[in-house]
Amino acid sequence: MRNSQRSQKIAFSLLFSATLLIVVPVGLIIVLIIQKGIPAIDWQFLTDIPRKGMREGGIFPAIVGTLYLVAGAIVFSLPIGLLAAIYLSEYAKDNALNRIIKLAIVNLAGVPSVVYGLFGLAMFVVFFKFGASILSGSLTLGIMILPIIITASREALESVPYSFREVSLSLGASKWQTIRHIVLPNAIPGILTGTILGIGRAAGETAPILFTVAAFYLPKLPKSIFDQAMALPYHLYVISTQVPNVDEKIRYGTALVLLVLVLFMNLIAIVIRYQFRKRKKW
Amino acid sequence: MNIEVKDLNLWYGQFQALKDVNISFSEKRITAIIGPSGCGKSTLLRVFNRMNDLIEGVRTTGEVTIDRENILDPSADLVVLRKKVGMVFQRPNPFPLSIYDNVIFGPKIHSSKNKDGLDEIVQYSLESVLLWDELKDKLRKSALSLSLEQKQRLCIARLIAVKPDILLMDEPCSTLDPQATQRIEDLMRELKHNYTIIIVTHNMHQAARSSDETGFMLLGELIEAGKTEDIFTYPKDKRTEDYISGQYG
Repeated sequence: MRNSQRSQKIAFSLLFSATLLIVVPVGLIIVLIIQKGIPAIDWQFLTDIPRKGMREGGIFPAIVGTLYLVAGAIVFSLPIGLLAAIYLSEYAKDNALNRIIKLAIVNLAGVPSVVYGLFGLAMFVVFFKFGASILSGSLTLGIMILPIIITASREALESVPYSFREVSLSLGASKWQTIRHIVLPNAIPGILTGTILGIGRAAGETAPILFTVAAFYLPKLPKSIFDQAMALPYHLYVISTQVPNVDEKIRYGTALVLLVLVLFMNLIAIVIRYQFRKRKKW
Repeated sequence: MNIEVKDLNLWYGQFQALKDVNISFSEKRITAIIGPSGCGKSTLLRVFNRMNDLIEGVRTTGEVTIDRENILDPSADLVVLRKKVGMVFQRPNPFPLSIYDNVIFGPKIHSSKNKDGLDEIVQYSLESVLLWDELKDKLRKSALSLSLEQKQRLCIARLIAVKPDILLMDEPCSTLDPQATQRIEDLMRELKHNYTIIIVTHNMHQAARSSDETGFMLLGELIEAGKTEDIFTYPKDKRTEDYISGQYG
């Protein structure tokens, strides 16, 4: 009896400390970046173009570029991802073709991001002749986040109770009417959550935009989707490794802006999910 | 509206769930189908609105005529059928919408433009299930906030709004307490003036109390069917007698 109590205690402290360890790196990263980055943040840093070989001035073009890229990626991947998810969760029967599709999605999620970059270069930049442009970068990022959106949407759709569909059909609604009026409205929060997580991922990745859109130094805003653009993650890479003598606070300031952007999006996702859980009663 | 079932067989894959079922249901009557769990009574009920179609690997033979039309015909229009034959499920399952939107779900689906008359439909439907007085001031409240009994009544109202002729009830009281059960049974007796009702129940007392006719099923077969008082007082088959006297089930 006493023995089992002791091993219970040991197991508890082991499990608890392992869990606690997760907090440490997250906390350290955030503290470090805030501490070193905050001195750089002011109005000029957020709204000015980079000056003096990116050693002074601001990061405005990179912020704008990242927002464009993320928006483009979502415009492309949300409709396709959502429609595919509806097909897979509502219509697809368990046959060879659909198993291949599901396997493909899992594998798409596992592809290293630099491979997406190379693929984007070959496919959009070269083959479709979009050049290094916001269009190419958005499409590449869009493909990268497709699995996130499909998986989240499928989970959201499948979590809508079967009984709702059954009732709707029994009232004479068609399958599509059932999806449209009953399943989708109840799945929207989950779909939104997945989408926002996808946005966060797209905003933070460097490799997929490396060959497809990102400009080393471009002190003006893009005018069309066929222009190149600066982007936060790549800009951070450039000023950290490619340009000598950049003040530390500018690097950490850039990292801070990127981090805040991504964390802010995750926060929105968490709030939506929380609101939804509170409302959901079935 | 009469329902005639002729030589009905149904398989789930290899498993035969209904065996040579022959029965007819008379108009504006309550017919109860009783039998132990797994005897096929719910399956039989779900033949009448073709809900079994949703399950993969279901195969049906025989004939079921409603309104002189064989509803098992592959070309039968399921929307028309399901408007005519509505179903109340075991667990009350209102949509996570307002009370009002629950009731108008069917009418909205079935008439694309017409937005007039929805208020009247809501009032009529809720009056039919005796909920109007209780709920008329909270139509915009979520249906999920209602009690179980109110939810089940609302589900019946949602059905009535589609103007069906036949109501299928799959153990509609199994989640309700005895008082609520009795009130739903009262409601059924009220509704039979306008609707043909088929109720599946494993509660024999409920069948005896509320139905006009009863069918007893065992292992996929319809053992016997007839007037409720006859079935319960002079069962012809030994197996029926054993079941209603509580020997098994």
